[in-house]
Amino acid sequence: MKYFHLVWGALFRSKTRTLFTLLSVLAAFLLFGLLDSVRTAFANASGSVAGVNRLVTFSKVSFTMALPKSLQPRIQAIPGVAEVSYANWFGGIYQDPKNFFPSEAVAENFLDLYPEWVLSPAERDAFRHTRSGAVIGQSLADRFHFKVGDKIPLQATIFPRKDGSNGWDFDLVGIYHVKDPKLKGQENALFFNWNYFDESTRFSSGGSTVGWYVLKMSDPNQADGVAQAVDALSTDSDHETKTQSEQSFTASFVKQFADIGLIVGAIMGAVFFTLVLLTGNTMAQAVRERIPELAVLKTIGFSNPSVLGLVLAESVLLLVLGGAVGMALAGAVIDITRAQMGNTIPLAPVDASTWLRAVGLMIAIGLIVGALPAIRGMRLRIVDALAGR
Amino acid sequence: MSVLVEISEVSKVYERGRQKVEVLHHVDLDIQQGDFLALMGPSGSGKTTLLNLIGGLDSPTEGTLSVAGKRIDNLGEGALAKWRAANVGFVFQFYNLLPMLSARKNVELPLLLTRLGAAQRKRNANVALELVGLADRAVHKPGELSGGQQQRVAIARAIVSDPTLLVCDEPTGDLDRHSAEEILTLLQQLNRDHGKTIIMVTHDPKAAEYARHVLHLDKGTLVERLAHGSSGPETVPA
Repeated sequence: MKYFHLVWGALFRSKTRTLFTLLSVLAAFLLFGLLDSVRTAFANASGSVAGVNRLVTFSKVSFTMALPKSLQPRIQAIPGVAEVSYANWFGGIYQDPKNFFPSEAVAENFLDLYPEWVLSPAERDAFRHTRSGAVIGQSLADRFHFKVGDKIPLQATIFPRKDGSNGWDFDLVGIYHVKDPKLKGQENALFFNWNYFDESTRFSSGGSTVGWYVLKMSDPNQADGVAQAVDALSTDSDHETKTQSEQSFTASFVKQFADIGLIVGAIMGAVFFTLVLLTGNTMAQAVRERIPELAVLKTIGFSNPSVLGLVLAESVLLLVLGGAVGMALAGAVIDITRAQMGNTIPLAPVDASTWLRAVGLMIAIGLIVGALPAIRGMRLRIVDALAGR
Repeated sequence: MSVLVEISEVSKVYERGRQKVEVLHHVDLDIQQGDFLALMGPSGSGKTTLLNLIGGLDSPTEGTLSVAGKRIDNLGEGALAKWRAANVGFVFQFYNLLPMLSARKNVELPLLLTRLGAAQRKRNANVALELVGLADRAVHKPGELSGGQQQRVAIARAIVSDPTLLVCDEPTGDLDRHSAEEILTLLQQLNRDHGKTIIMVTHDPKAAEYARHVLHLDKGTLVERLAHGSSGPETVPA
C-alpha cells in the first residue's frame, strides 16, 4: 500500500488519456455485465433446482415432432414418476411480431407441476373451468398492461383455426409470479387450455398426439433411471423419445434459435481483444513517456522487480477502476430495466459469480497489457535512460 | 580523513554497434571522506561515466572500485540497487522529480525502500525540506516550483536517507546564476556542516570553485587535480 500513491500518480499523469482509456474499459465491462446477464438469464431459464425435480420427454428426432398421447399412462406407471402432464408449442403473436413471447397449450394439470408459479386457488380453478382461459406471468402482464378479465388476441403462425383464420382469443383468468429473481424469465409466457387448442385447430390430432411431456419426480435421485425407463417405452418405434432435465430441454430449445453462450462469447471476445489493443497501446505510450522517471526510481534504489510491479499494478488498477464502474453501471442498468420493463428482456441480476468473472478478467487483461511495458521498464539501463538514449 | 572512494585501474568500454569506445582509461583515484570534489573536463572526457561508476549506476569494464571499503564493481544489479539506496544520494541537471507527486512525496521516495512507517517518512521528508529551505513548499508539485526550488527538492530527496555520498551531475547546469549560487552554497553547507562527501560533475569553473578539490579529465584520463586552499588553488599530482 505504501506504493499506492506512486501507482495512482503515474496512472493520472496524463488525465485526458487516462480518462478516455477508462471510458473504453468502462464501456467494455458495461457490455460484459449486460451480456453475461442475458447469458445467465437463458442458462437459468428453468432453474437448476427445479430442473432436477422435473423431466421433459420429447421426440428424439425433433422437438417439433409430436408424440402419441397414449404414452401418458405408460409414463405415469413408471416408478418414481409422481405426475405427468403435456404441452404443445403454439407460438402466437400479439399485435406485432416484435411483441413475441412464448405461448403454449397445456394440459389441465400442467400448472400443478409448477408450484413455484404463484397463482391463487381461484385463478387455478378458473383456468381449469374456462375453455378459452389463459394464464400469463407477471412480467408479461406488466409489459402489455394486461389484467385478469382481459381478452388477449393472438395471431397463430403455425396452428390456424378450423375456419382457416389465424385469430385466437384468450380470456385472461390468472396472472402468476415467480419469487426467485433468477427465474423471473419464466414470467414472460402465456399458457392456455389444451382442449381449447386441440378442438379448435385445423391440425387437430383428435386428442391422439401431444408436443412433449413434463414429468414430476417423486424422488429426484431417481431421475436418471426414470429417464431411461421412459425412453425405453418407445425404443425401435417411429416415435423414439429423448428424456432430459428441464434445464437441458430449455437450453436445447433456445439453441434452436441461437446459441446465446456462443454469441455472447464471440461478442465479448471481440470487445476484449479490442480492449487489450487499446489499453496495451495506452500503457506502452504511458511507460515510454515515463522512462526517465522509471530510471530515477531505479537510480534511488528501486529494484527491477519493484519497477515491474509498479507498472503492472498501474495497468491492473486502470482495468479495475474502469471495469468496476462499468460493472456497477451494468448492475444499475439491469435493475432499472427489470423494474421498468418487468423482465421483458431476459436479464439476470449481476450476481457475485458475474462480478468474480469480471474481476478475474480485469486482472488478467491488466497483467496482459502491462506485461510488455513493465518488462521494458524493468530492463531499462539507468545510464542510457537518463542520457535519453 | 579516511579514504571513502578507492578507484584502481578502472576502465570503461562501451560498445556502439561493432565499435568499442573506451571512455575511461585505467583511472586511479582516491576520494577522501568529507571531500567536495568537482569533476571537470570537455564533453566526452568521461566525467559523467566516472560519476556513474562511483554512484553504482554502472559497472567498470576493468579495475576495482570500493566505497567505504566495499567493492561495488562486482555487485549484481539487485545488490547494486540496494547499495545505492543505502549509500548514495543523486542530484541531476534536470532535477528529475516525479511531476505527479508533491515536493514532500518526491523527497519521501528513497524512504519507501526502508522500513520506516508513513508518519516517520513524512517527518524525515519535512526535516530534509527544512534543511534546503523549502518547508513551506512541501505540498507543491514540481510544476509549481521554480528551477532552483525544484533542484533544492532534488537535493532534499538525495539527503533524506542520510547517504554517505552525494553524486551530482551538473546540478546547476539548468539554472540561472543566482539559483546556481544558492544550490552550490547549499551543497557546500551540506559538505561542511553535515560531513557529506560530494562529487559533482560540472562544466562551470565558477561552480567548481565551491568544491574543495577539482579534478580534470580528458579523453578518459585524469590530467590535473587542484585543491582550493586558503591561499587559492594549487596543483597536485592527479
